[in-house]
Amino acid sequence: MRYLPLTAADRAAMLGAIGASSVDELYCDVPVSARRSGAIPGLPGFQGELEVERAIAAMAAKNVPAGSVPFFLGAGAYRHHVPTTVDHLIQRGEFLTSYTPYQPEISQGTLQYLFEFQTQVALITGMEIANASMYDGATACAEAVMMANRVTKRSRAVLSGGLHPHYRDTTRTDARFVGFEAVACAPDPLGTEDLAGLIDQTTSCVVVQNPSVFGQVRDLSALAAACRAKGALLIVVVTEAVSLGLLTPPGEMGADIVAAEGQSLGNALNFGGPYVGLFAAKEKYVRQIPGRLTGETLDADGKRGWVLTLSTREQHIRREKATSNICTNSGLCALAFTIHLSLLGEAGFARLARLNHAFAVQLAEKLSAIKHVEVVNDGFFNEFTVRLPRRAHKLVNKLAKRGVLAGVPVSRLFPEAKDLDDLLLVAATETNTVAEMDALCTALEEAL
Amino acid sequence: MNSQTTAKDAPAIEPAGTSPATPLGTISGNRGLRIEEPLIFEQDSPGHCGVDLPEPPALALRLGGVAPRGRIGLPGLAEPTVVRHYTRLSRNNYAIDAGFYPLGSCTMKHNPRINEKLARLPGFADLHPLQPLSTVQGALELIDTLAHWLKTLTGMPAVAMSPAAGAHGELCGMMAIRAALDHRADRPRKRVLVPESAHGTNPATAAALGFTVDTIPADARGRVDLDAFKAKLGDPATTDVAAIMLTNPNTCGLFETDIIAIAEAIHQAGAFFYCDGANFNAIVGRVRPADLGVDVMHINLHKTFSTPHGGGGPGSGPVVFSEALAPFIPLPSVVHDRDGFHLVETNDDDGATGLAFGRMKAFHGQMGMFVRALAYAMSHGADGLFQASSDAVLNANYLLARLGSDYSTPFEGPCMHEVLFDDRSLKGSGVTTLDIAKALIDEGYHPMTVYFPLVVHGAMLIEPTETETRAALDQFIAVMKGLAERAKSGHADYFHAAPTLTPRRRLDETAAARKPVLRWKAN
Repeated sequence: MRYLPLTAADRAAMLGAIGASSVDELYCDVPVSARRSGAIPGLPGFQGELEVERAIAAMAAKNVPAGSVPFFLGAGAYRHHVPTTVDHLIQRGEFLTSYTPYQPEISQGTLQYLFEFQTQVALITGMEIANASMYDGATACAEAVMMANRVTKRSRAVLSGGLHPHYRDTTRTDARFVGFEAVACAPDPLGTEDLAGLIDQTTSCVVVQNPSVFGQVRDLSALAAACRAKGALLIVVVTEAVSLGLLTPPGEMGADIVAAEGQSLGNALNFGGPYVGLFAAKEKYVRQIPGRLTGETLDADGKRGWVLTLSTREQHIRREKATSNICTNSGLCALAFTIHLSLLGEAGFARLARLNHAFAVQLAEKLSAIKHVEVVNDGFFNEFTVRLPRRAHKLVNKLAKRGVLAGVPVSRLFPEAKDLDDLLLVAATETNTVAEMDALCTALEEAL
Repeated sequence: MNSQTTAKDAPAIEPAGTSPATPLGTISGNRGLRIEEPLIFEQDSPGHCGVDLPEPPALALRLGGVAPRGRIGLPGLAEPTVVRHYTRLSRNNYAIDAGFYPLGSCTMKHNPRINEKLARLPGFADLHPLQPLSTVQGALELIDTLAHWLKTLTGMPAVAMSPAAGAHGELCGMMAIRAALDHRADRPRKRVLVPESAHGTNPATAAALGFTVDTIPADARGRVDLDAFKAKLGDPATTDVAAIMLTNPNTCGLFETDIIAIAEAIHQAGAFFYCDGANFNAIVGRVRPADLGVDVMHINLHKTFSTPHGGGGPGSGPVVFSEALAPFIPLPSVVHDRDGFHLVETNDDDGATGLAFGRMKAFHGQMGMFVRALAYAMSHGADGLFQASSDAVLNANYLLARLGSDYSTPFEGPCMHEVLFDDRSLKGSGVTTLDIAKALIDEGYHPMTVYFPLVVHGAMLIEPTETETRAALDQFIAVMKGLAERAKSGHADYFHAAPTLTPRRRLDETAAARKPVLRWKAN
């Protein structure tokens, strides 16, 4: 077996040094009833690289990759062009095959990029500080709510109807088992709900997504003021990180915590994971932040370096008193994010965002021109909701058969909202061509 | 897994400027291949951009009245600058690819590159999680296939694939236990028994979910003290214990010999057995957790199934469940029938148990990690996995046999996949466990896990894994023996100064925590 370098002679000599007659003897503490003398039945034996590649590639070949067809899906996962450099650099063994940087003297590479990551996240969200990443945007959202509960010592969260339902459900799961209230508003395609009116003296936070899961963009300054007035925190969720290159950032609108999905930068769609959660907050809450933090310090020679810090918040020190049980985060995905954003820089990030918005505007105009098709949002970034004259999921399946992946039917996200089953979420990014937009419009017109 | 370096008995940081250097030093501060690399923000060259993008079409903004933002403050860098920057940073890292990494309880074994290649096939990497199911049948098949492997290897009937990491899997498993207990509603059950040797995530998980953590002491053999356990459990007819969270093999690297008795007692009391599967790699292919009475166990794919640790994630933590807990798994799950594969995303969907407790994260799990883990499992096969755990245990016992006279062992008998030493043998030398770790760094090794588990003083937990050659183990043994000898022969100063040959020497963690600087700021 190619990954196991011991030879039979090695094994025999090592057993001799140990003074055991067989490896089975080393398993003598296993209860006799649970010991097995050979491989577990029902599974195949070892295979060469060629055979494994053949079998797994056959599964891959049964799927329709986004890049092979006109493709317009978003709803929390976006297809962007990731420069080749990104994937090349993150596959360096020194990044790929290292552990969490517990020994800082030989982990400065990881620690320095995490410090750069934290700075980038703080800058693009317009917040003071950020952590070294979370599992994904949804878990970051749930952790943000629990942090708001700790900060305010209250336990009622108000969740906007524009919040991605997976984020809502992840937060509700924690609400049920951790023991707090998560009040979820009805799906709100236009962003017209009155969230301020739902804040009371027990409200720890309001969670609002911008752009919303329906694509709607709105100014949250007034909502931030309403939260402040009642002692609640404003948590802003962002599922499309590229939007931060164009829109007024959450920090400027008055957010206390930002929980975002960073997949759009550096990371492929990957059928939903692994992704990278971004978590940023006001500095005064630093000791309530979940997850890893990298901090600057000096070494014994007085040289600048980085270490994991404030670990007294964390489970390996605090055990049952930790702020979160999170241990591993999304280190390598954070690295991909950081390299992609480093390549883009100030000018590139702004241009990428403008390009996405312009393509979406262009697609919205094209779709609006189709009879009985209506774009419902007045403001959006690179994704918007269209109302169709028929149930969206049927049309999406019909178009998929014709080789067009048209978007995400709202019914896939909100199966309980039967009145919204004529709505379709459509996203456009820099990867879409005008020809693809035309192909979508043609296919849709023919299907209607 | 954790390996804390901020132990109370760590020596103070020395004053600056005491490292042995060449008389003059270099003009640049660089030392040959070791280059001093500033932050990207300090290399800002406005106007540079590493990506060429077309001019956006000139269309009016439709931002609904929200203003476009002003300057962000990101640096401008050319593509060659970015490549050089991150290449230089990478060279400041230790890695499995570069050397022996015996970090106990972390399983730093070889990461095969075929797994990387397969995860990047467009048929997986370029799939959107919400595409019509007819266009992702192969992806669902892959998840289902890996699920089959995990269920067969553990003997458990159900698996939740979505948890993103081990600690996330712990939450998932304990939520399922809570859901099952709530469903049964026999009596309030608040207490979770956790051995003192447990990973910090165990008590953190139980406490996060509102359970009261009740710590069980270890006995003189490094196992759960069975009498103390029974006393804590109390009368099975009235106990308020919800579950025990037990790592097996435990964090001392020992198999819990009384595990079946513990499981029986827990079940008799109507409680559940959560097994922390972090150390499953010691027994995978050789022992099925179901045969030990386990109700629920998370599996760290980044340990047992060798998906890369990536400097701290992404991980993946599928959770297997017994028949009793199977109805209470989270959403979503993959099911199949004659028409193909389907996703159960709500409790009303076909194939749903009706009792699933909800979502743990967005979408369906860490697909990229599933591909790598399946490639790893298929490469080994059932026979190869049997051999892999056997070799991991053999290697650890070889280190125990060869180093047992140089370092003190807190517990008797063979170990499993990792070997634990304490610091009694260093007594009087002025050298601590941390000093040994730092001296190992200068020798070209990543240190073992230190000061964990907490049940022994000055713990050194060494996990060699199955992917090391005997020659690599022998070299490490020689270095460890040499360090022990040096420590005992009055060279404490040498250890206190270590490491001296690294990109940075010991860092002042106290100062970092006192006044946290968590981001770069323009002057």
